[in-house]
Parts: sequence; structure tokens; C-alpha cells
Amino acid sequence: MERMVSEKGNGSFVKAEAHKDAIQSSLAGTDVCSDHDILRICLLAGKIMLQNGGETSRVEDTMMRIAAAYGYDNSHSYVTPTGILFAIDGTAPATRLIRISERSTNLQKVTIVNDISRRICGDGMTPVEALSLLQETDTQPFAYPEWLRIATAALASGCFAIMFRGGWSDFMPAVLAGGIGFLLVVLLNRFVPVKFFAEFLAAAAIGGTAVLLTQNGVGADLNIIIIGSVMPLVPGLHITNAVRDLMAGHLVSGLSKGAEAFLTAFAIGSGIAVVLSLL
Amino acid sequence: MMVWIEQLVTSFIASAAFGLIFNVPKRMLLQCGSVGMAGWFMYMSCVQLGIGVVPSTLIAVVVVTVISQLFARMYKTPIIVFNVSGIIPLVPGGIAYDAMRNVVENNYNAALELGFQAFMLSGTIAIGLVLSEVVNQLLRKPAR
Repeated sequence: MERMVSEKGNGSFVKAEAHKDAIQSSLAGTDVCSDHDILRICLLAGKIMLQNGGETSRVEDTMMRIAAAYGYDNSHSYVTPTGILFAIDGTAPATRLIRISERSTNLQKVTIVNDISRRICGDGMTPVEALSLLQETDTQPFAYPEWLRIATAALASGCFAIMFRGGWSDFMPAVLAGGIGFLLVVLLNRFVPVKFFAEFLAAAAIGGTAVLLTQNGVGADLNIIIIGSVMPLVPGLHITNAVRDLMAGHLVSGLSKGAEAFLTAFAIGSGIAVVLSLL
Repeated sequence: MMVWIEQLVTSFIASAAFGLIFNVPKRMLLQCGSVGMAGWFMYMSCVQLGIGVVPSTLIAVVVVTVISQLFARMYKTPIIVFNVSGIIPLVPGGIAYDAMRNVVENNYNAALELGFQAFMLSGTIAIGLVLSEVVNQLLRKPAR
């Protein structure tokens, strides 16, 4: 059974459930979708980007470009780190809101959504195709395995110890401390709902490990080891994004991302400070 | 000479590793590493030439962003993929740590000084990011 929607905005207000069925049944068929499908595509693209570390301006830009490519030249988006509001004008104006509660960093997904949006604008990808691709991107993990990320974080810690002018005797202790720290963050994030607490504990563990190792004669410079192993926890992406958002005029998201970065840095600093003050 | 090779190799590995931590697509990992290496090389050379830490960081960040913009256009990938891993080595983690350490040891004067230095450096990174972005936009506008 196929619903025929001849042209955009002829007021096809159908209940969401009926709509889903329509999309699924017409996955291979019609090219033309209604306002609600376009809204869904835009919001899904925005949601995936925002959840995985895209900048606010990129999220807004992507959503408005997709809407424009599907014939809605007047669209408005309001993006904050915790939610997206998106509205399209036209004969049947519509507005929708999506709440973002979980955020992580997965730049691969941002890249994939960017590609999809390019194909929508350039190659004229159909809404149905775009929606199914986006839904697949949303559900698939597209991430490196956890052990690999922990191992590379450990390796990076060692490299940072060398870059900050440590000797090669500091390399292995930094690898060990950094690996333990990142492992703790990954593990604790599953059980502890408060992200900053996980970072605090991880930093404290890094400090403890480094102190233990240097006191037992492994590693030369305690400071270098700690700085190197803390680096994987440093909120570099958040700082970068916060500044870019602020300068682009997204004051609300810039400030809140900056606050997040500051809290993370503070958690790491106080974790290390607790260990050092106990000495 | 050995020191330079050592620094270049470690900065390449560290930046690529950061790319992996941020789940950058597999074919972009080497590019992330080279962006980071270029930035760190620039920073090291400037410091070696006796330029202060703050201007050195500014130059390095501009280099990182320019290369990132080139890569972003070449590979049709969001600039943030290259940007972030390139900037990580320049983040003043060491100075912030020293500041924290001085706070714990009740050396508040030294802590304040170091804290301001860390603040200045992160501000510099921000300015560098924005500066090259503005220049890029100015250059791109007339071309259209």
C-alpha cells in the first residue's frame, strides 16, 4: 500500500506510527517524502553529529543544507550541547525537538554523516535512501575496539613523556600509568554516572602508580611521568570545540562546552593534587 | 640531531594515537599524525630560535590549522578530524600540572604565575585557531 504525496507541503499530517510503516513499505519505491520525513532526516543527522563531537556550527549548517536540498529554503535550527530544536517553514510549518543526553567522541560518525549530507546536496540522494543510511550510522558502533584504544592511550602517554623532555627511562612508567588511567576511565564510565568522578579517580590512580614506580626506582622524573600519562585524559577536543563555537557566535554552546572542559581539567588536577598532598 | 628525530617520531605517534582515541577513520590516522608532527616541529624550532613560548605556540597552531584546512578540502572530511589531534601536543598540560602542584605545596605565588601562563597559552591556541579560520574565510569569499 503506497501513499502518494505529489508535491511538498500539501499538508500530509499523518500520525507518526502510520508514517513509519509508510516509510518501511516504500523503502524501494517513492522518491517524494512529506515534511515529517525531511524533519526526521535533518534531526537524525544533527543528533548523530552532536552526540559524537561535531561542532555546533557544523551541526546547524548540515541540518539546514539537507533541508534546503529537499526544497525547504527557510529552516531554523537551534543547537545546544543538550538538545536540538529544528523548524521548517512552508505551507505546513513544523518544529521538532530532540534531547541529547549522552555525548561521546567518535569522529568517524561525524565524517560519515558529513559524507551523507554531501551526497544529499550534491548527488541528489533520495530521502528514503538517506534515512536508511543515517539510521544504520546511528545504530552501528563504528568504533575501534576498547583494548586498542587503551593500548594506544598508553603508547601516547609514553610518547608524551619523551616529548616533554623526559629520558627513555620514563617511557615505560608513563606507558603503564597512562594505560591504567585510561582503562579506569573506560571502565568507570560504564558504572559511574558522573563523568567527572571517573576522571578524578583515574587521575588519582595515575598519580599513585607514578609515585609507586618512582619510589621503587623505576623511572627518573615523577613530574614528567605524571604529565605524560595524564595527557590522554586532557579535554582537548572540548576546548577546541568550545572556542570555535564561541567565535562563531554560538554563545550558549560555547560556554557550556567550555564549562565541561574546565570541569574535566579540574577533576584531573584535583585527582593528581590529592595524591601529591598525601605524600 | 638524535633529539630531533626522537621528538618528531614521538609527536607523530602521539598525534596518530590521539586520532585513534577519538575514533578517527582508519585512512586518516597517518594524516592526523603528520599534522601533529608538523605543529610540534614548528613549536620546537621556534623555541630553539629563542622565540617566546606564547608566540611559538601561536605559530605552531596556525601551521596546524592551515595544514588541517588543506587536508579537510583534499579528503572532503570535517576539519575537526585533523585539527584536534594536531593541537593536543601544544596543550599546556605540563604548566597546568606545575601550577596544580604548587597549589598543593602552598606556593600560591608560583601557582598563580604558572596558572596565568597556562591560561595565556590556551588563549593563544584559541586565537591561532580563529585567526587561520578567519583568513581562510576571507580568502574563500572573493573566489566565489
